[in-house]
Amino acid sequence: MANEPAVALHEAGHTGAHAHPGYGEVRHHFESYAQQKDASTIGMWVFLLTELMFFGGMFMAYFVYRQWYPDAFASASLKTNLWLGAFNTTVLICSSLTMAMAVHSASTGKRLLLVGFLIATLVLGSAFLGVKAYEYHDKWVHHEIPGEHYECEGCVDAGHTSLFFALYFGMTGLHASHMIIGAFILLVLIWQSYKGKFSAKWYTPIELFGLYWHFVDIVWIFLFPLLYLIDRSGKGGIH
Amino acid sequence: MSASHHNAASHDNHEEHHVVPVSVYLGVFFALIALTWVTAWISTIDLGPLNIYVALSIAIFKASLVVLFFMHVKYGTRLTKLIVGCGLFWLILLLFIVMMDIWTRSWMGVPGR
Repeated sequence: MANEPAVALHEAGHTGAHAHPGYGEVRHHFESYAQQKDASTIGMWVFLLTELMFFGGMFMAYFVYRQWYPDAFASASLKTNLWLGAFNTTVLICSSLTMAMAVHSASTGKRLLLVGFLIATLVLGSAFLGVKAYEYHDKWVHHEIPGEHYECEGCVDAGHTSLFFALYFGMTGLHASHMIIGAFILLVLIWQSYKGKFSAKWYTPIELFGLYWHFVDIVWIFLFPLLYLIDRSGKGGIH
Repeated sequence: MSASHHNAASHDNHEEHHVVPVSVYLGVFFALIALTWVTAWISTIDLGPLNIYVALSIAIFKASLVVLFFMHVKYGTRLTKLIVGCGLFWLILLLFIVMMDIWTRSWMGVPGR
């Protein structure tokens, strides 16, 4: 009985403040911002693990066919442009840095820096996609897209090289589609950041999008050596 | 009641601010850039069968840097670490068990192959 008024007061205060938790407030089923953020982070990681298995299946296919047709993979890989690949990897790592800095700016409550770093991330991501489009066009011009008009000039075991290019387009295409989706999400986040939706206390969407962007970066960190760097010495020493 | 609330609130603020210093991000960034060009350069040297292992080791190291620092797993909760570890374990199961088959198939001289 003695406790009742206190409980009632607490309840009233609670529902008063959080009857309709707004954007960025603690929802009633969470104890605190920290707990809410932990739950969001874990949810994002579980999503990223499904992405890991999604890409993992393609990596699996890549390793099997590379094991079966090493010469075809080595010579087809020489058709990729080492410099463009290394340049694009650098661009993507730069975009990961700007994304990390965006999260850092959000966590210290610096709105304009946050907007600036998100825009930088979008610009770098678009530059990556631009270079990728140029590379795809190059493959198109040289008939290196698997299909009716496919050819691999001067390739060893040319009959199996289309497997390499099928995986090349499948894997880089899936990666690029993730970046395109990321670019659209970035546009929304830039707008929301500009409008001041985030604060040092609550910037979960920025943090979680950062996880997504870095994940996409990691996929490329593996795609670069596996697709571009199989046998650059050209001696076929990959068995 | 109010004391415990106060504690919860201050605990809350403490928990939230895992602000990683900018110097850490820059260090990771320069390491990633350097390793990208190192791996591109090493690929032009003929190491025989070792090329892929060197390339993959560098890629795994780079990915670990990104996961630990850019993705804050080093500063994350134990549950986050456990979930990330489970995902990696599952991926290794996929890759390793299939490759055991692929690698060893030719050892036996299976008829018809």
